[in-house]
Amino acid sequence: MVTSVTSFGRSGLSDWLLQRITATIMTAYLIFIVAYFGFNDVDYASWKALNAGLPMKMFSLLTVLSIAIHSWIGMWGVLTDYVTVRLMGAKATALRMVFQLGVIAVSLLYVVWAIDVLWGI
Amino acid sequence: MLTVSVYRYNPETDQEPYMQDYQVDTKGKDVMVLDVLEMLKAQDSSLVYRRSCREGVCGSDGMNIAGKNGLACITPLSEVVKNNKLVIRPLPGLPVIRDLVIDMSQFYAQYEKIKPYLINDTPAPAIERLQSPEERAKLDGLYECILCACCSTACPSFWWNPDKFIGPSGLLQAYRFLADSRDTATEQRLAELDDPFSVFRCHGIMNCVQVCPKGLNPTRAIGHIRNMLLRSAA
Ligand code: SF4
Ligand code: SF4
Ligand code: FES
Repeated sequence: MVTSVTSFGRSGLSDWLLQRITATIMTAYLIFIVAYFGFNDVDYASWKALNAGLPMKMFSLLTVLSIAIHSWIGMWGVLTDYVTVRLMGAKATALRMVFQLGVIAVSLLYVVWAIDVLWGI
Repeated sequence: MLTVSVYRYNPETDQEPYMQDYQVDTKGKDVMVLDVLEMLKAQDSSLVYRRSCREGVCGSDGMNIAGKNGLACITPLSEVVKNNKLVIRPLPGLPVIRDLVIDMSQFYAQYEKIKPYLINDTPAPAIERLQSPEERAKLDGLYECILCACCSTACPSFWWNPDKFIGPSGLLQAYRFLADSRDTATEQRLAELDDPFSVFRCHGIMNCVQVCPKGLNPTRAIGHIRNMLLRSAA
């Protein structure tokens, strides 16, 4: 059993599952948006009407949350592969913490910003 | 004449590793890479490598041959010689002790972690624990592993975290005991594996499957472990 404090979930399984679920949500959103633009003659009024509805706001928010979680888990994986004491020496731990906090800060900022945008419509 | 370029490193005399070229006459025969190494050894007794069974059973002569990990004793020249040249290096990712001999401690430490022996808390029967042919068939494709380390040292996830990620070889063995009907420690074994590193560092790159000289499939075994973890969590 290898323990880690900075991974997203409690176990490897939950991180792995979340990574799959969030990927599915992002894919669904992408397909929906592409199809919406493909099959409709979109103008400002219809685009605004679509995004003003609560279901669409929820879907958008869910997607933004998925991006935040997905990138947190993904970046954690990349950082614990390459920015490690094994490869870089003692300074790696501090450097990795800075990067991880950066990823977390950016993700949270995006989420707050998205909420502001979505509920400002 | 065949040119063989071999990785040389003797920590007692060399500052750093270097490649040394040898010329050998294989008399046009398609011999195994290990035979070529024996010819080199006759030329230069300072060359060091591991070998024992010379028939793909012991797992001692895993090395990187023409860029791909494999067992020297069962790799014919025709598969690996290009432009009359053969390049041989030690298995990548683990410390080199000398020339083609690597320090396998980390590899064995991971193997040890998965408790590679049957655990059974029920009273031992008078003779032996029996399995049905179906139960025994579940071990096919798992028990054949000879611990040559060709797979784990071809796995990028193992290169980066050899102290935390169990690696394809260890995980194949982990599943071998998870799948064994005579083992009763399934839950404990799974609990030991359910962290972000031990199993989940596998990203399905499948280098392990590509190199296994015994034709085994660690990626599939890792998938089975993941499914068992899912089912035990659900
Ligand atoms: S499939 Fe998994 S274990 Fe095999 S080489 Fe890839 S990451 Fe390593
Ligand atoms: S799975 Fe194959 S490559 Fe890996 S240690 Fe076992 S025999 Fe060697
Ligand atoms: S010498 Fe035993 S496997 Fe090659």
